[in-house]
Amino acid sequence: MKDKHLIELIDVSKLYGGDVALSHVDLYVKDGEFLTLLGPSGCGKTTMLRLIAGFIMPDEGRIEMGGVDIANTPPYLRQVNTVFQKYALFPHLNVAENIAFGLKLRNVDKTIIKEKVENMLELVNLKGYGSRYIEQLSGGQQQRVAIARALVNEPKVLLLDEPLGALDLKLRKEMQVELKNMQQRLGITFIYVTHDQEEALTMSDTIVVLKDGVIQQIGTPTDIYNEPKNPFVADFIGESNIIPGIMLQDLKVRMNGVVYDCVDKGFGKNTEVDVVVRPEDIDIVPAEGARVIGKAVSVVFMGVHYEVDIDCGGYEWVIQTTDYVERGQVVGISIPPDAIHIMKKTQQTNLFDAVAYPDDGEVEILDHRFACKGLEAFESKDDVLVAIAPVDVQLIPPEGGQLTGVVRACMFLGTHYEVTIGCGEEDWIAYSAEYMESGEEIGIFVPAEKIAVSANEAN
Amino acid sequence: MRMRRSVFAYPYVVWMAVFILTPMLLILYYAFSNDSGATLENIVQAASWDNLRVLADSVRFALYTTLLCLLLGFPVAYLLSQMKKTTAGLLSVFFIVPMWMNFLLRTYAWKVLLSAFTKILYTESAVLLGMVYNFLPFMILPIYTTLIKLDKSYIEAAADLGANPTKTFLKVILPLSMPGIISGITMVFIPSTTTFAISQLLGGGKTMLYGDLIYMKFITEQSWNTGSALSIILLAFVLVSMAFMKKAERKTSDEGGGRLW
Repeated sequence: MKDKHLIELIDVSKLYGGDVALSHVDLYVKDGEFLTLLGPSGCGKTTMLRLIAGFIMPDEGRIEMGGVDIANTPPYLRQVNTVFQKYALFPHLNVAENIAFGLKLRNVDKTIIKEKVENMLELVNLKGYGSRYIEQLSGGQQQRVAIARALVNEPKVLLLDEPLGALDLKLRKEMQVELKNMQQRLGITFIYVTHDQEEALTMSDTIVVLKDGVIQQIGTPTDIYNEPKNPFVADFIGESNIIPGIMLQDLKVRMNGVVYDCVDKGFGKNTEVDVVVRPEDIDIVPAEGARVIGKAVSVVFMGVHYEVDIDCGGYEWVIQTTDYVERGQVVGISIPPDAIHIMKKTQQTNLFDAVAYPDDGEVEILDHRFACKGLEAFESKDDVLVAIAPVDVQLIPPEGGQLTGVVRACMFLGTHYEVTIGCGEEDWIAYSAEYMESGEEIGIFVPAEKIAVSANEAN
Repeated sequence: MRMRRSVFAYPYVVWMAVFILTPMLLILYYAFSNDSGATLENIVQAASWDNLRVLADSVRFALYTTLLCLLLGFPVAYLLSQMKKTTAGLLSVFFIVPMWMNFLLRTYAWKVLLSAFTKILYTESAVLLGMVYNFLPFMILPIYTTLIKLDKSYIEAAADLGANPTKTFLKVILPLSMPGIISGITMVFIPSTTTFAISQLLGGGKTMLYGDLIYMKFITEQSWNTGSALSIILLAFVLVSMAFMKKAERKTSDEGGGRLW
């Protein structure tokens, strides 16, 4: 019973104007589970929730509940209820009337309504508040009324849109525990939206990580934390050190020139990979006898621990430790084998369709001309494929570039930053020594010899 | 000597004293006196059955006007609030521009139109038409203001809890637009009871409203005492109406909507 697929999203896409909010999303929700949609602002998690609630319709794909396609069913006919981010409690009704709203619409008997409302008030610890008006309640109390109002209708699924966002930290932590207990007691399926990864890790049975409308990873909190599938998930969940490495063979990986024993296999021999090491897993050891030594360049007291940045021959490791380290101190670091998590390298090169103009010695990528070598084998206006390694993409001021774009993301990979630049419809990946702000305009230049051209098999 | 900031209020205080306080005191004086000194006779005469019947007629007209304005104005305000801001802005010009033109001019225009194209000039319907036309914007505007401030999430919450569009309207949108409706009713009903030019121009003197009555007493009959007494009665009626409106307003909370005054 617990494994029944209560809700299924099948190849769902949603666009707003030209912007893709959700792209070919497949997801199923198990009966009775606490599922969290997690991601940064604009990743599509709220869109997904609203699609399930029925406030918006998908542009493509099906939404099924109990095997029936409900994509076109209006919200008032769906067996789901929503707890809104800003609560949306009716100001012209008191607490009891707010909670009873859904029941009254279904013409439930008055005595039964009274009983259910009383039970709900007790469940959310608001006994006796029935006749108060919404404006008289604190944020935390309003939030509990919102939950009661939704739950009293005994929906199959409860949707929660960042319900704890407006509460202070202490109250938020208390409510997280309360909500989790409530869900387990009632056995109702909860679909929870948040951008707070700690919240997600604490409360969920399953976490769905989203970025730019695409599902990055689905798994239990332990899975997502310990085995992130790609650098984005690794970076978003918890603090991490993400380093490019080479998997020499099973159980051995080389990072920053040092070979470590690790616990992963199946990546082949001498494969390029991305490695994740959590800051709390790295130990600081005396410098003598350590395999890797470095200098502490930053020590920040965070309450629970110190966050120490250690520069080891150009690469900065972020470490969390309860031991005090002095700034400038030379120390050694030790990374136990099970602290090293290997991820398959994501396809991070630039690959575009282009048109060859061998007479001009140029290729046209996205309506922009680039000087290019090695076009002898092609005829004018041939469709070709070009590949450009990110390290060969030069970032210059917008005026001088062959092409200009806008920075969409910038991720630290230990020794450099990996920058994603949106140029119209396509994204370019480049490396930068410095951090780049999202939204910054930048110019792109690629030397002619660094553009690898090949025939476009697709035609 | 330092200038206190309240000094800036002095011009208005003077204006108020001359043009509001003094006339009121004069009316009180004339209402409660005649050639032989202080008396209540004016009031008694003013409260005669004939005169009270005129008052009742005026109130009747005002009620019809308010009802018609409500029935016409609410849907218009609602439709406008659902449109995009630019379209709504464009359309609302049609309501606002006539308001900028002089009230008498508009009423005269109706006189011409009604006599040229219909036969209803100089009937009660014509007067009613003129009154609704002149007061409709005052009903639309406050309702529109309230409706656009209505948080869309209330409507979503209602749908989420099982309310179809009709139920959502009756149980959420209508109650929450009450402050605007009450504002509109106040701004239409009270001026309607005191109007007089419309009934003269479009009613041809056949309909006698309270405003006409007061005008007649002062200008035609030159009996300032009776006229003033009638005014006092009207003033009392207006004040009582306003008290009722304020009470109704206070009962509806002003969450989720704005009021005009």
